[in-house]
Amino acid sequence: MSEVRVFEGRAIVIDQNNVDTDVLYPGAFLNIPDPELMKNHLFEGLDPTLRDQLVGDTVLVVGENFGMGSSREHVPQAMKAAGIQCVVGKSFARIFERNCVNLGLMIMTAPQAAGAANPGDMVRIDARASTVQVGDATFDARPLPAFMLEMIELGGLVPWARRRVAS
Amino acid sequence: MGLTLAEKILLAHTDAEEIQPGEIVMVACDLVMANDISGSVAFREMARMGVTRVFDRSKVLMVADHFMPAKDVKSAELQRILKDWSGEQGVKFYDQGRGGIEHAVMVEDGWVVPGDVVAGGDSHTCTHGALGAFATGLGSTDIAACLAFGEFWQSVPGTIKVDFSGEKQPFVSGKDLILAVIAQIGVGGGTNHVLEFVGDGAAALSIDERLAVANLAVEAGSETGIFPADEVTREYLDGRATRDWVPQRSDPDARFARELDIELGSLGPLIAMPHSPGNVVSLDDAKGIPIDQAYIGNCSNGTMTDLRQAAQVFEGRKVHDRCRVIIVPASVKIYREALAEGLVDTFLEAGAIVSTPTCGACFGGGMGVLAAGEKAVATTNRNFKGRMGSPEAEVHLANSWVAAAAAVAGEIVDPAEVLGSVVA
Ligand code: SF4
Repeated sequence: MSEVRVFEGRAIVIDQNNVDTDVLYPGAFLNIPDPELMKNHLFEGLDPTLRDQLVGDTVLVVGENFGMGSSREHVPQAMKAAGIQCVVGKSFARIFERNCVNLGLMIMTAPQAAGAANPGDMVRIDARASTVQVGDATFDARPLPAFMLEMIELGGLVPWARRRVAS
Repeated sequence: MGLTLAEKILLAHTDAEEIQPGEIVMVACDLVMANDISGSVAFREMARMGVTRVFDRSKVLMVADHFMPAKDVKSAELQRILKDWSGEQGVKFYDQGRGGIEHAVMVEDGWVVPGDVVAGGDSHTCTHGALGAFATGLGSTDIAACLAFGEFWQSVPGTIKVDFSGEKQPFVSGKDLILAVIAQIGVGGGTNHVLEFVGDGAAALSIDERLAVANLAVEAGSETGIFPADEVTREYLDGRATRDWVPQRSDPDARFARELDIELGSLGPLIAMPHSPGNVVSLDDAKGIPIDQAYIGNCSNGTMTDLRQAAQVFEGRKVHDRCRVIIVPASVKIYREALAEGLVDTFLEAGAIVSTPTCGACFGGGMGVLAAGEKAVATTNRNFKGRMGSPEAEVHLANSWVAAAAAVAGEIVDPAEVLGSVVA
């Protein structure tokens, strides 16, 4: 079992529901295979100025059904490359959520915390305790299934698969 | 307690003796597909997993369709990687001119049979539910694991039963049926669920129409949308599929999370307004919106059924001066069939262009993207902001009759008005 980690960073808030992966990373840039270059186009169709907030460790705070639509992994790839430590939201679209898990990017469903966070707030996620702290307030999050938690803590599907290959 | 169709398929593809919604299981794939966008990332991740060969080369196919023909050097590189890797692995590769849009090709070449589990590196893999498969879209790293081990992890979804009853009205197609579903449950309403389409209205649909319905299941957030296989399915697969299959359906005492009744007798053509497939209104409420481009095609509505509907409208008529029309047959076979039937001539005579089968402008990749301020009607599945080009463009989703009629009138209009008294 890998070490237990706490994820924290300054909040970047997308206070909208049903944000699709096309606006998060438009189709025209899908021919870019390198995550370091992908991050230059993150949020392009939504609000490119959000990229200015990607300084140091950040936590992306979002609304309901975040990440709907395309299966493009460029979105969480770019998020990881840009220093986003965790995505905290009211709810998530299925392929986006599993892409995050597969890349070892912590993703927590925590509606109250997502509603409480303001841009720049310090957000701290304890995935094992299923809590999200926003500033001084602590909120419950939906517990991640053990399988998903283990995969994220291991660093994603690639290390998980390497372990499988090794055994 | 009985099982739903999706539960039966999943159970047959796991080691488990029983499964419960919400439980995470490893699911074995009968088929793994990726394209020029999802493929190269998946190959890289598979290599990082320490695996050099695919789990079973007869169960893997690659399709170059997104940035196809390559719009720039970067896109050409992705296609070269796809081709080279497929050659090294000895898996089927559909190159330019050999196939078309992945989901159309997979269906028409008999890759998918009822009861299959299909993992595709594309969210519209749910299209294959039209044939009674559990077919689902996954990201590239997921696909890497599928290529390596022939498995993916899956939280067992619940099932929403959608009962289509009665007869479709004139100028109503599969597109309208699924838009009606999305209008009711919303773009997140199907999350963690499968849509299962049943009832006499579902049974009466052709495979082309079922493809259109299943294709947009993901637009409701669903894992997939599935039609129980029946005689229509058998007739379609005869002579195409080489693997055996048995028809299955949900048990009478299966547990459904929700049931939806959609009465087709009172359903007219629908339009999904910008910028969401869930922003559905009746055709009447969208009439009069001026249209700069009509796009007829893509993996949901680029079938012969769609091209015939469009041709019915364009026959003897001209595209309105203010409007451009791009017609995209979903596959090379469909293209040739349209050519043989004289439909291509009808389109060209009307002033439309007929594109090579490609994803192209459907996802803003190329081959007909929109300028700022332009309004389009498209038979595609997504009208998100910026999806087909400029974020300041507006896309209206509609069926092929409606799209073609809008092209002729230069504005959204009832196809019945364009066609006069002719009834579909
Ligand atoms: S036609 Fe459009 S929706 Fe279908 S696979 Fe291609 S890009 Fe995706």
